[in-house]
Amino acid sequence: MLRAATFFAALLLAPLAARAEVMLSGFLQQNTAFNTAGQNPDGRHYKWLEERARIKLDATGDAWRLLVKGDLAYDHLGRQNEGELREGYLDYAGGNWDLRLGRQVITWGLGDLVFVNDFFPKDHEALFAGRPLEYLKRGVDAVKLGAYPEFASFELVLSPNFRESRIPDARRFWLYDPMPTVTNRETVKPGQGDIGLRVYRDVAGYDAALYLYRGFQRTPSMRPDSMTAPAKITYFYPKLSVYGASLSGRAGEGVLSLEAAYYDSREDRAGSDFAVPNSQTRLLAGYQIQPAEDVSLGFQYYAETMHDYDAYLAALSAGFPVEERWSHTVTARLTQFFLHQTLRLSAYASYNASNGDYFVNPELRYSFTDKVWGAVGANFFGGKPWSQFGQLARDDNVYLQARYEF
Amino acid sequence: MKRWWIWMIAALLSLAFSSQAQALSGEEVMKKSQAAFLYPGKDFKARVVMKLINKDGQERVREMTMLRKNMGEAGGDQKYFMYFFQPSDVKDMTFMINKYPAKDDDRWMFIPAISMVKRIAAQDKRSSFVGSDFTYEDVSGRDIEDDTHVVEREEKVGDRDCYVVKSTPKGADSDFGYKFTWVDKSNFLPLKEEQYDRKGARYKQFTADEIADVKGIPTAVKRTMKNLQTGHRTEVAYLKSDYDLGIEDSLFSERFLRQPPRKWVD
Repeated sequence: MLRAATFFAALLLAPLAARAEVMLSGFLQQNTAFNTAGQNPDGRHYKWLEERARIKLDATGDAWRLLVKGDLAYDHLGRQNEGELREGYLDYAGGNWDLRLGRQVITWGLGDLVFVNDFFPKDHEALFAGRPLEYLKRGVDAVKLGAYPEFASFELVLSPNFRESRIPDARRFWLYDPMPTVTNRETVKPGQGDIGLRVYRDVAGYDAALYLYRGFQRTPSMRPDSMTAPAKITYFYPKLSVYGASLSGRAGEGVLSLEAAYYDSREDRAGSDFAVPNSQTRLLAGYQIQPAEDVSLGFQYYAETMHDYDAYLAALSAGFPVEERWSHTVTARLTQFFLHQTLRLSAYASYNASNGDYFVNPELRYSFTDKVWGAVGANFFGGKPWSQFGQLARDDNVYLQARYEF
Repeated sequence: MKRWWIWMIAALLSLAFSSQAQALSGEEVMKKSQAAFLYPGKDFKARVVMKLINKDGQERVREMTMLRKNMGEAGGDQKYFMYFFQPSDVKDMTFMINKYPAKDDDRWMFIPAISMVKRIAAQDKRSSFVGSDFTYEDVSGRDIEDDTHVVEREEKVGDRDCYVVKSTPKGADSDFGYKFTWVDKSNFLPLKEEQYDRKGARYKQFTADEIADVKGIPTAVKRTMKNLQTGHRTEVAYLKSDYDLGIEDSLFSERFLRQPPRKWVD
C-alpha cells in the first residue's frame, strides 16, 4: 500500500522534478555505546553498535518541495540490516497557507528533553543508547495543514495511522517488569489515527501558543488477563486528549519558557483502572541565560500531578510500586563552545525530587573539518528500581558518534 | 583703513563659523557611517561566505543567505533572517534576529535535526557570530550611545580621505577598551577599524577590502576581521548583494523559519 503510493507519487512528481532544483546529500556514521555498569539482559556489552548511511534528496520547485531522508544501517547486536524512511514528504506553499504530506518530524512545545505539548512519537531508546539527537524524534505519517491569517497561525496535523514512541528494547536495557514470569505477551495498536492542533501568535513580545491533541498515549500500558494468576499480558495505548498552552519570551537577562497541559485520560476518566494512567496536569517553567560568550545555561522545573489519586491508590494491586500524587523534576543544561565553536561541551542533568530518579548526559563534540565530526558522551541513570530512570541503573553507558557528511 | 579691518574680521569669523558648521562631531560621523554601512536601502539580501582561517592557514567555511529589513529610519529597529548552507551539519538551519538599538535583541533558531524552533537568550552582543572573528555587533551594529566618539584626525586610507574616530565604551562590560574607525569622508563607509583591548594592546583589525556599487549604493562586499592576538582571521564575501527587493514583513515569522521560501534563500 505504502509502496504503491510512493510509486504513484514518484510518477506524478516526475514532470515537476524536471523543472526543480535537486540536491543530494547524506552522511556515513559510526555509533557505538559501551556498557559501563554491566552486561545487557541478553549478555552483550554494547547498547548500540552500528554503521549507518543516510541519503537525503531535496527537490524544490516554485511553490513545492520534496524531501526524502532514508537510512540504511547495519546493526551488530542482532537487528542486522535495517532500512528506515526517516522523513519523506511533499510541501506545497500557498499565499497564507501551506500543506505538508507524508512522513515528517514535528516538534511542538518548549521543553528540553521534557515533553508537555510535544505529542509526537519519540525514540526513547535512541536517547538512552547514545545516538545523535535527531534520532530522539520519530516521524509521523500525516497531513499537516498550515494557515496563516493576520491574527494567528494555525497548524493542524492529521495522522490516519497512530505511530507509537519507541521504548528501550528489553534485551538491551534492564526494564522494570512487575510480572517477569509471564512470557505470553501481545501488543494491540489503535486502529485509528490521531489529530493535533497548534495555534500561535505574538502577544506583547511573547510567543504564545495553544495546543490540542486527540489520540492515544504514545507509550504502552500493560494489562494482565488475571491479577492473581496471569498467563498473558496485553500492551495497549490508552485513549488520550491533551489541552495545553505555552508562552516564551525575554525576562530579565534571559529567556523564560512556561508550559502547561491537561492530560485527559479518556480511557479511564474515573482513574479507577490500575492499567491506565491517571488524568494529569503537567507544568513546566524554563529559564535560559548566556552568562558569558559562547556559554549557555538552561534550568527547568517540571511537575506532574495525578487528578484521581485516591482512585489510583484504591485500584492499585498489592506489590505494585506506589507513585506520589505530585512529581517534581528539576533539570539543568550547560552548553559551552570552544575553538571558534568547533568544540562543544554540553552537560544535561535531570533529578526527580519525588522519587530520586536521575539522568545525566555529558557530551563533548568536535568538528574535525566542515564535513567530519565526532562526539563522545555518557548516559548515567539512577533512582527507584521501578521508576523511569531508576530501572535503567544497570544501563549506564559511554558512547561514540562519528559522522562524515557529504 | 579701519573699515577694511572690520570687513576682514567679519569675513574671517564667518569662514570660521561656516567651517565649524561643516565639521561633524564624532557621534555624527559614526551615525552617518552606521546608516551607510548597516542601513542602506529598505531591505538587503546577500549570499554571505565566511572563511574562518586560523594562524596555520586552516580554513572552515560558513555560508548563509542573509536578509535584512529596516523597520524604520536608519539607526532604528531591524529584522534579520539567515539561512545556512554550510557547514553540512547546520545545513537548513535558520536564524532570526529582531534588533532593537536600545535593548537586547530577540533571537530565534530553527534546528532542522529535531524540527524545533527555539528562542535563544542574547544579552551578549559582543559574542562571536557563528564562531567567526566578527561579533553580532560587527554584523548588525553597535549602539552609538554605548560609546563616546571623538574625531581624532583626518587621514587617507589608500586614496580615500577619511575621518579617524576614536570610540571609547561608556560602560566597563565591553571586550575592547577603545577603537579607531577610518570613515570614508565621501560615502561614510568604515574602511578600517582598529580595536584595542582593555590593557591598550592591539586586539582586532577590520578592513573593508572591496567596495562595490550595488544599485547606486556603495557596499562593502569583501571584509576581513583579524584577531591580532591569536592570528585567527575571518574573510567575508557578500555575493549577490542586492537592495530594495520588497522583502515582506511576514518573512520574519516562525512559519518561514521552519520552511524558508526558496525565492529568498537561493
